[in-house]
Formats: sequence, C-alpha cells, structure tokens
Amino acid sequence: MKKQTIDSKPAGPKPWYDPRVRSLFFQVVAIAAVFWAGWTLVENTLSNMESRGISTGFGFLEETAGFGIIMSLVPYDATMSYGRTFWVGLTNTLLVSAMGIIAATLLGFIIGVARLSSNWLVAKVSLFYIEVIRNIPLLLQIFFWYFAVLGALPSPRQSIEMGGTMFLNNRGLYVPEPLTQDGFGLVWGAVLAAIAAVVGIRIWAKRRQLATGQIFPTFKVGVAILVLVPLLAYFVAGSPLEWDVPALKGFNFGGGITIIPELAALWLALSLYTASFIAEIVRSGILSVSKGQTEASKALGLPNGLTLRLVVIPQAMRVIIPPLTSQYLNLAKNSSLATAIGYPDLVAVFMGTTLNQTGQAVEVVAITMAVYLTISLSISLFMNIYNRAVAIKER
Amino acid sequence: MTESTMKPPKKALTPVKWMREHLFSTWYNALLTVVVGYLVVTSVGPILNWALFDANFLGADASDCSGAGACWLFIDQRLNFFIYGFYPDELQWRVDLMFLLLAVAFVPQFIERFPARKWFGIFGMTGLPVIGYFLIPGGLFGLEEVESTKWGGLMLTLILAYIGILASLPIGVLLALGRRSEMPIIRGLSVVFIEVWRAVPLITVLFMASVMLPLFLPDGMNFEKLMRALIGITLWQSAYMAEVIRGGLQAIPRGQYEAADALGLGYWRKMGLVVLPQALKLVIPGIVNTFISLFKDTTLVLIIGLFDVLGTVQSTVTDPAWQNVAVEGYVFVAFCFWVFCFGISRYSQNLERKLDTGHKT
Repeated sequence: MKKQTIDSKPAGPKPWYDPRVRSLFFQVVAIAAVFWAGWTLVENTLSNMESRGISTGFGFLEETAGFGIIMSLVPYDATMSYGRTFWVGLTNTLLVSAMGIIAATLLGFIIGVARLSSNWLVAKVSLFYIEVIRNIPLLLQIFFWYFAVLGALPSPRQSIEMGGTMFLNNRGLYVPEPLTQDGFGLVWGAVLAAIAAVVGIRIWAKRRQLATGQIFPTFKVGVAILVLVPLLAYFVAGSPLEWDVPALKGFNFGGGITIIPELAALWLALSLYTASFIAEIVRSGILSVSKGQTEASKALGLPNGLTLRLVVIPQAMRVIIPPLTSQYLNLAKNSSLATAIGYPDLVAVFMGTTLNQTGQAVEVVAITMAVYLTISLSISLFMNIYNRAVAIKER
Repeated sequence: MTESTMKPPKKALTPVKWMREHLFSTWYNALLTVVVGYLVVTSVGPILNWALFDANFLGADASDCSGAGACWLFIDQRLNFFIYGFYPDELQWRVDLMFLLLAVAFVPQFIERFPARKWFGIFGMTGLPVIGYFLIPGGLFGLEEVESTKWGGLMLTLILAYIGILASLPIGVLLALGRRSEMPIIRGLSVVFIEVWRAVPLITVLFMASVMLPLFLPDGMNFEKLMRALIGITLWQSAYMAEVIRGGLQAIPRGQYEAADALGLGYWRKMGLVVLPQALKLVIPGIVNTFISLFKDTTLVLIIGLFDVLGTVQSTVTDPAWQNVAVEGYVFVAFCFWVFCFGISRYSQNLERKLDTGHKT
C-alpha cells in the first residue's frame, strides 16, 4: 500500500499515462532489443566461426585468387588477389547497369510515346509489348535470351557476318576496335573546343534573346559545330585512327572487341524488361500535362516543336523523374541476376567464387551489400538533384 | 433526358473512314503503319506456324516431335513435375485440394456480384494458410509427412508468394507506422531497416539467408533451406510494403488524426480504427503491384537451389532425352506467370477505378 502524501498536488496523470514517459519507455525498450539482438548475433557468429575454423578480418583480400574470369574491364589474371576480383566484379556490374540504363531509357521513351500515338497500329503494338514483357519474370527473360536465342547461334566457323567487320556466333559478338594513333590528341582537343564554343553560343543566344527577343537557332548551330570541328581536326591530323578488325584464327576469333553472350543476354533482358516499365511511366507523365497547356501555348503562337520542348516535356518530367529513379535502382539491383547465367558481375565473382574459396562469408556479404547500398544511394542522390532542378519553383 | 444533355449522334464509321482516321491520318502515320504492319505480318505468320500449325501435341517421347514446330508434348509429358516438383504422386491430391481452395477463395473476388465474396477473401487470408500448414507438409492427423526438399514447381512458387505476401503485410504496416512515429529512435530504426533492405538486391538477401543465417543462429538451431529463403523474402518484401503503406498514411488528412485524438482514442485505436483502414484502402493498388513483383521475384530461389516452376523447367530443358525444347519450356513458364500477373494487374486497375472517389480531374 502506498502512503498518503501530505502535500496534495492536483492528482496529475499516472506516469504510465504520460505520453512522454511512455515514448521514452518504448524507445529504451527498442534500443535494448536491438542491442540484445545485435550482441546475440555477433556472439553466435563468432562462436560458430571459431568452431568451423573461419578466420575474421579483411586480410583475405591480399591473397592470390587463382581463378579465371571470362571478362574483365581492368587487367586481371588468376595470379592476382581477391581484392582485384572485387574490382573486376564491380566494374562489370557498373558496365552492364550503365548500358542497361541508357538502352532502357531510350527504348522506354520511344515505346511510351508510341503508346499514345494517334496511329492505332503503333499504339496497339506498344501496348502488346508492355503487357507481355512486364508480366514475365526477368530471370526467365534472361534465360530465354541466353539459352534459347544466343545459345542457338552457329559456331565460330559458321558465324553470321555483318559487312565483313562484325561477326556473331555462339561465343559472342565481335566488333572492330578503334585504335588511336599519334596525333589523335588534336581531335580530343577539337571536341573540347567545340563543347566550349557551344556553351558560349548558348549563353550569348540567351542574353541576346532577353535583350532583343530574337531567337537564335542554338540547337542546329550547336550540332553543326559539334560534328564539323572534330571532323575537320581529324582530317587535318591525317586520319589518326585505325580499326582492329576481328578475324577467324584457328577455332576462334582474334582482335577487335568481344561482347560475350552473357553480357549481351543480360543487357538485352534488363533493357527490354525495364523499358516496359519506363514506357508506362513516360505515358503517365505525358498524360498528366493537361490539354489546356498545349492549347495555351498554341494560342501564344508557339510552333509544335517549341510547345513540346518548353511546355509539355518540362511538366511531364516532374511526374516522370521520381518513378524513373526507382526503375534505375531496380535495374542496377537486377543486374545481380547475372550470376544465374555466369556473367561475372559483383555477386557472381565476389559473393560467389570468392566467398566459396575463402569462406569469409561475413566480410564478403558485408562488402557486397555496402557496394549496392552505395550504388543505390548515388543514383537516388543524382536523380534527386536533377529532380530539384525540374521541380515546380513556388514562391 | 432533355435535348441539351443528349450526346451527339455517333458518327457512322465505315472501315475506310476508320482506317483513314486511325492509320493514315498524315503521311508519316501512313509510313509508320506500312512499316509496323509489315513487321507484324512477317513475324506473326512464322510464330503461328511454329506454335500451332507445325507443332506436335500428341505422342509419348522426343521421337514423336517432327522438329518443324513447337514440341508441346514435352510440356504435356513433364507437366506433373512442373506443377508438383518431387511431391509423391499418390499424395498430390493434397496439393490439388489447396489449388481448389485457393480458387474458391479468390475467383469470387473477380466477380462483381458474387454473394458474400468478402468472406471468401477473409478465408483466403486466414483459414487457407492454416489448412495449408497442416495439409502440405503433413506429419499430423495421420497424413504422411512430405519434406520440404520434395516440394517444387508451380506449387512451390505459389507457396513462396503466398506466405511472402501474407507475412510481409503486417511487418510492413508496423514499419510504416514506425517510420511516421514521433519517437526519434523508433523512427530512425525503421528508416534504417527499410532503406537498407530496399537498397540491396534480392539475390544477395537470398545468398545471405542460405550462407549466413546458419552462422547467426546458436548451435543446434537450424532452419531448412526453404524456411531460410522465406525469411529472407519476407524481410526484403516488408521493406517495400512499408513504403507503399507509408504513402497511404501520408495521404490521410491531418484532420482525421486530430479527430481521433479529440475522441480520446489512444495510439493503437487511433491507427487501427481511423487511420489504417483509410490508408490501406487508398494503397490497395500499390499492395497488389508489390504482390505482382514478389510473385515474379520468387523465381530467384532457383539460384540457391530450390526448384520453383522456372527451376523445374530449367532442369528439364537440359535433359538429353529431349533436344531443343528450351523455347517451349520458357514459353510455358512465361505463360503461367503472364496469366497470373496480367490477371492480378487487371483486377488491381479495376479496383482502382472502383475505389476512385473522384478527386482527380
């Protein structure tokens, strides 16, 4: 029994009815639970690893890997370290993600616009594409391209030839590799100069338009400068570019750039799959711009091209950017399906072979997850900056 | 109906007029029509020939396939494996019963005027998993036990998707509430949980579940592979679910919260009786979309060695007894998934239209 206190303050709420006390209590419980769970996990893991004889730490990254990788953007051979395999996997992941994002964006925008076409046939074909592709699992599409389509290509000797310079067979697509000779630096210089000139013209044209109202054809002139100046520099320097054309040597092709079937299948599947989602995003973005906006800009006398560029697209972009960001993130994450067909991405090389050989599960998984976390956060950061640039500026 | 509200008379559209309007309105539309039309006609013919006219439907083994078209009898011969995996033949009635109950629970949802269809749906969410829990693995009530390593095919796909969605929904609700909580530590923990799971690919989660979960657990405590995969899928999916539900919570006007406070409702009754019902109704399409993506993602379990429907097909197309049947196998799996996903997405669009309260212009 509680003793009656003499000083009788008006009976306030009991402490466990006080929201502040409650919230403090719940948070303390939450922290305690998380710490307890974390501590148990660490303890279990350490004792399990000890009993299985697995060492801890990142020292294994220095050890020799001793396995080959079918494709690497950075120099690699089997005598190099596990740390190197990490870089090979990472660059391969970044390569296929970047290629996929570019192709999916282009294709997605085309199909999204085609879906709204006044041409009945074009609209229906795009609708069919979208509804079929996005309702089929991505892994199945990767298998389809890899095993059913690319796997059915002829052997190197019966390669499909394209113009005598490109060859397609079941070992991959062989394309000529450009080899820059002495003097190509001039061309690079010309490209930089052209870019600087276009930026300058753009600033000047904007200033002139503000002052006089006259519109300068910035786009056409810009394209002309960007194409003509480097081309001129190229011939002035004496055509300093040679092509290393692939040729059949023995049983396989040598020279040129090889796009291995694993990369091609993954790229095709990722781009086609993501494009079907991007198309729907683009469609909803364009539909979100009310017809009145188009009519108003027509009433102002803007030609069709300017209406699209200055009125419709900027407003559509506001609706498109956030979901588009999610699609880019999905594509980067989905590139990890590479492991199913043996394209040496980060998951296949590092979380697969390296983990199996070293047994350093905790470290390898932690590094891999940290990489994906970084990729995801970078893409969203970049897209958020862009999003802020196109958002409605309200005062 | 008065004169002024009557719709204008419909134009009588002759085929020629229709074509002129929809296919040949401008010169570039005409060009597009011709090019796209040519592509469609030249690709549809060979596909139809392959899939229907030159295809083989009857026979016993690979020698009955002519090779000119699709070899559908391959699917027919292996159908049992594709649906049940290694589940024993004589016990397959248990799986069939579950398929039937699944249909009983959810087919009425697609029929507008079905009596008491809500109760069928509630049965699907509550009673069905309980029945399945006893029926599929067996071991109780005199049912013969079937280890989870023998489960496979379409049945495993459905089990993964069903348990994944059912378990991730309540966890997602809790995480969403946590993310909108006024307690900084609860909020912080929820944000970290959601963002970390959403940032990593499902494959790495599955790898972690199959390689690392045994390391995390105390000695002697071990789950089978299927269970570990389910834990991974559920945690991953609940982060996505949480974000969908957060969208719904954010759409509820402040006045609703304040009204619940004014009535003197505590936190859980405020959320459970006032806010969540409205929020969940708003985001049903989002939840359904999450379900569709989970359904497609269940195929990834084949990478850690579970035989879902794609896994069973993938393991069969390399069978030397059948030559070049990969395309047929993939088309079959694609068709299975397409029917489910397209059906569900249509249902979700339908629902969206029905629940739309007309605020949008």
